[in-house]
Amino acid sequence: MTTLLEVSGVSVSFDGFRAINNLSVQFAEAELRAIIGPNGAGKTTFMDVVTGKTKPDEGRVIWGEKNISLLGMSESEIAMEGIGRKFQKPTVFEDQTVRQNLAMALKNPRGPFAVLWHKRTKANGARIEAIAEQIGLTAQLTRIAGELSHGQKQWLEIGMLLAQEPRLLLVDEPAAGMSVEEREKTTNILREAAKTRAVVVVEHDMEFVRRLGCKVTVLHEGSVLAEGSLDHVTRNQKVIDVYLGRGHA
Amino acid sequence: MLRKLLMALALCCAMPALATAQTLQSILQTHSEEVAKPGRRTVGVLLDDLVASELPQAVPFLEAWRDREIVLREDDGLFFRQRDGDLFDLDTGEVVGASDGVALAEARPNGGVRRAIGDVLVQFQLSDPDITKRQAAVDAIARSMDASQLAPLAASVAGEPDPTLRATKERLIGLLQASFAPTADARIQAIADLGSDLSVDTRAVLSKILATEPGVAVTLPEGANIAAILTPGVDLGTDEAYAQLVKASLAPPVTSAADVRRALEANIVDGTVGGLPVATMDTQEARAAAYQVLAEAGTVPPLVTPDDQAAALNAHVFYLSYSEPDVAITDAARASLDAIETKVALSQAADLGLDALSLASIYFLAAIGLAITFGVMGVINMAHGEFIMMGAYTGYVVQLFVPDYTVSIIIALPLAFAVTFGAGVAMERLVIRHLYHRPLETLLATFGISIALQQLAKNIFGTQARPLTSPSWLDGALVFNDVIAISYIRIAIFVLALIFLALIVYVLRRTRLGLEVRAVTQNPGMASSMGINPDRINMMTFGLGSGIAGIAGVAIGLFAQVTSEMGQAYIVQSFMTVVVGGVGSVFGTLAGAGLIGGLQKGIEWLNPSNTLAAQTYMILFIILFIQFRPKGIVALKGRSSAD
Amino acid sequence: MGKSFLSQNPSVLWFLIGLSVFTLVVTLLSEVTGIAFISTSFVKTLGKTLCLCLIAVAMDVVWGYCGILSLGHFAFFGIGGYAIGMWLMYARTEIIVLESLAGQVLPPTPQEVSDAIGTQIFGVVGSSEFPLIWAFADSLALQLLMVVLVPGALALVFGWLAFRSRVTGVYLSILTQAMTLALALYLFQNDSGLRGNNGLSGLQNIPGFEDTSQATISIIFFWASALALGLGYVFFAWVVSGKMGSVIKGIRDNEARVRFLGYHVESYKLFIFTITAVVSGIAGALYYPQAGIINPGEIAPIASIYLAVWVAIGGRGRLYGAVIGAAFVSLLSSWFTGGGAPDVPLGFYTIKWTDWWLVLLGLSFVAVTLFFPKGIGGLFDKLVRKPS
Repeated sequence: MTTLLEVSGVSVSFDGFRAINNLSVQFAEAELRAIIGPNGAGKTTFMDVVTGKTKPDEGRVIWGEKNISLLGMSESEIAMEGIGRKFQKPTVFEDQTVRQNLAMALKNPRGPFAVLWHKRTKANGARIEAIAEQIGLTAQLTRIAGELSHGQKQWLEIGMLLAQEPRLLLVDEPAAGMSVEEREKTTNILREAAKTRAVVVVEHDMEFVRRLGCKVTVLHEGSVLAEGSLDHVTRNQKVIDVYLGRGHA
Repeated sequence: MLRKLLMALALCCAMPALATAQTLQSILQTHSEEVAKPGRRTVGVLLDDLVASELPQAVPFLEAWRDREIVLREDDGLFFRQRDGDLFDLDTGEVVGASDGVALAEARPNGGVRRAIGDVLVQFQLSDPDITKRQAAVDAIARSMDASQLAPLAASVAGEPDPTLRATKERLIGLLQASFAPTADARIQAIADLGSDLSVDTRAVLSKILATEPGVAVTLPEGANIAAILTPGVDLGTDEAYAQLVKASLAPPVTSAADVRRALEANIVDGTVGGLPVATMDTQEARAAAYQVLAEAGTVPPLVTPDDQAAALNAHVFYLSYSEPDVAITDAARASLDAIETKVALSQAADLGLDALSLASIYFLAAIGLAITFGVMGVINMAHGEFIMMGAYTGYVVQLFVPDYTVSIIIALPLAFAVTFGAGVAMERLVIRHLYHRPLETLLATFGISIALQQLAKNIFGTQARPLTSPSWLDGALVFNDVIAISYIRIAIFVLALIFLALIVYVLRRTRLGLEVRAVTQNPGMASSMGINPDRINMMTFGLGSGIAGIAGVAIGLFAQVTSEMGQAYIVQSFMTVVVGGVGSVFGTLAGAGLIGGLQKGIEWLNPSNTLAAQTYMILFIILFIQFRPKGIVALKGRSSAD
Repeated sequence: MGKSFLSQNPSVLWFLIGLSVFTLVVTLLSEVTGIAFISTSFVKTLGKTLCLCLIAVAMDVVWGYCGILSLGHFAFFGIGGYAIGMWLMYARTEIIVLESLAGQVLPPTPQEVSDAIGTQIFGVVGSSEFPLIWAFADSLALQLLMVVLVPGALALVFGWLAFRSRVTGVYLSILTQAMTLALALYLFQNDSGLRGNNGLSGLQNIPGFEDTSQATISIIFFWASALALGLGYVFFAWVVSGKMGSVIKGIRDNEARVRFLGYHVESYKLFIFTITAVVSGIAGALYYPQAGIINPGEIAPIASIYLAVWVAIGGRGRLYGAVIGAAFVSLLSSWFTGGGAPDVPLGFYTIKWTDWWLVLLGLSFVAVTLFFPKGIGGLFDKLVRKPS
């Protein structure tokens, strides 16, 4: 498999605090990956760096076949390159309908004038229907997003990411606050999505990670502590010490 | 008989003086001839005697003499002062009788004599035992300098007991010598000595020596002390240069467009002028052509073409010549003036620095309360300016009841704090508390309060400005030299700003309240779970910020006028100060105030006539500044919490 | 646009019908028809109100839909007014000057005419030279272009600078306020080239219409204002109805989300900021000929804040709310401050509304923000929704 995203030697510090310390990690195309780590391990900051929200102090972030550097690109340019990001809290446009939310996310020209003269097409409508089907919100298409349940909002947001047709999906704690059935459904959506693109799930719920059944990267104090299958990393003594050890104590 | 009695009385009165000296009348009798019929040459002896006598009554006599009030009583040859139909004794100053029916001869000094009298009077005044009179005499000389003053002034220096006045006299002598010393060398020496004096009158004396007048000639005149040669079009406008030529009758006057029109109008014949129809005269070119025709016919003087003008300008030399003919003197004066101006420029820079510092402390005072409410709590308070106004009006009301300005200010400061603290707390409880997560609406709601408070103040106190008088010990200014000076009020405001800086830093960093404020700012949920009541903290913080605005109001009211709109003048600047400085940081606000104050003064210095333009450019600068440092000078970095 | 747009947005249709009926009724009752139930000065007030409604609609788009609380849109309004005022003043002065020069023996030269106009216009600020910014003042077409171009260009440059550096929320509001203050202070100078605090005056006299009565002119401008409001309303309703509306509402509600969806948020803000500025300029260009005079005081930051107040009271995020707010508050304001409201004697004190209106407005504004964040339009919504 070819490398889709390569992060190497990245460091970020805020007022002397090193949120990320010489982090190097790679993701392949069509891969499902979980990133775990205790609070403050630098998971969110890592996503900020990749999506262009935070500029690292040093290091490289290389993307795609053409080896483009993502540093120096704006958030929207990076998104257009094919990196989608889901926030920890569900962030959908609560004043607008599910359909409008999805329509906004559909892969289409993003310039203001193109949007101004945008016309509804059958093809777009079909895409929306398909995604709604995938995330199980077909019946909710005309509802205002603000009226959805917490889990439905999470799925809607994932659906919006899928509508963007990204090559890499960064998902921040998708299972937080979900019931068991909802988690099941979320896992399925993510697994399905990972067949055609890379999906990186940041999570600290071990059970959910186990369900995903994928390669795991453990972050600690801003750098990679261990990498491999969940069974492999949970046997790692360092991981047990800093993370799991505390959990079992 | 009566006269003898009075004489005796006068003698009694003047006993101490009489022990060593004679009376004025006796001196006058000695020089009777010179007093009655004074002449420029003969009067000197009498004046010398009068000066030598050191009699105090000599001064009023000389004044009366100069004013032609001295008369000779022909009966006995005694002199008196005649005024309003009465005769006065010259020694005692008392009335000796009516002038009616007495044979009197007026002593009429001519112009030369009166000038001599005046000089002696100056000398008397300069040596008068009363220091205020001496001071007045020195001031009079400084006001209108004259060559004749040099000698009496120099004579009075040795006997001057007051060291300050003596220094003033010596300085004045220096100035007089620079202009009026008899020899060129003495003047050059005096001018060189002036080189370290920054005062305005010194600069005026030197400038006067360096006064120039414009001149124009075919060749540069021999012997003139030329200051500069001017090139028309470079140092001198061509129109202006040509006007000089016309004035010096070296060239014919230019025919203006209006002159052409008048000339054409005066020469209309049967609807044509110069053979051309009047109706076509609607362009400059057509009029010029018609005028040319008239000129060729000799009806009007020929048109001076631009080429003629250029030729005339080229044929002459334009220059500035000094009124002072001696090159050595003007060179010395130029050198001294240059030296002074360098020092003045340096001093002005220092003075500008002080001005900027005081403006910065005003902005700091106005903005620091806002920095707390806006920076620490994230609450934008458009009524902050009105809190400043409330503080100022509190001061005004206190002065209505407490007439002593010192006491009233001491009462007003804490009272203004209390009033605006209360207003701030009330506003926080009633309005802002409900809008913590809607910052834009906080802005609008506080704006509503702002217009209501402003109009309320207008309804209560009227639209005219109310005074807030500072105590007299704050009047005046601290003067470093003739250029650098700062008023005590501004120093007081600077000190007040420093006190508040220290106080706020102390409260935020060293007290329980400060700790709790920071805790609530950073993580309200965590803070409340640790037993901190965020409601109370928000209330206290807002009250504190508002209270400081009240105190700033008293301070600002002391030098600006108290009106219902005064808050508006500071609100935008205050927000700018906070934003430029960096939100959430007291030192950022300090830096912002320093930058904005310095900048405003700097721009005003570049364009002193126009404070409006200065403010415009300052705001433009700030808009650009935010481009490069969007988070202000002191930016607090951190993982942003947008997600 | 077209049929589907109007059928999907019935409120636009209702608004247009209401506006047309209002325009016709006012025309019928004006002095033009002889009924004269509505005085010419009141027709002017109504015409001005329509212009204020137009800028309020623009403000609603930029604030209510896009979330940018601009405290600078009245500056664009003022610039539009100045741009048209320059032509009005120039052209009218030219007519007066030509008349007075006609008595001269020789026909005047262009230079004489221009000098005389300059002296007439700039005499009050001690000048007679035409500043560079008056270069196009003799051409109505170019000056009309200025009405659109100058506010647009200013908004484009300012917005580009501000949005590029990610200034948002209250910071942006303060920055726009600073821009407005800078402009007002600049215009207050005598050497600004726009007659300092004298401003431009005599704008109610339209060159070429010297023989037309003010009653007719007022109705012409009233119609023009109504037409501009109608077109502006439809235009903005179209802008906010489609996907553009989705995106800008998204920017209002969650800027970061829109950005991570791949939209270049800054371009959208700049687009909205600029088109609303242009419409504000047009509104100003229609307003000031009816007001007759424009001076820098009109641009003072307070005016832009009042604009926000109207929109907030009318109800943000719904275009008719902005129209209701601007019409309601500005007419009420002129009723109270114009002495129309009766005094309230309390025995010990008599409330004079000219003094107390601002206090009432300020406090009721606080109340609206606290208790009716959706404004009058929100109440309207409730009434409409209830039956369904």
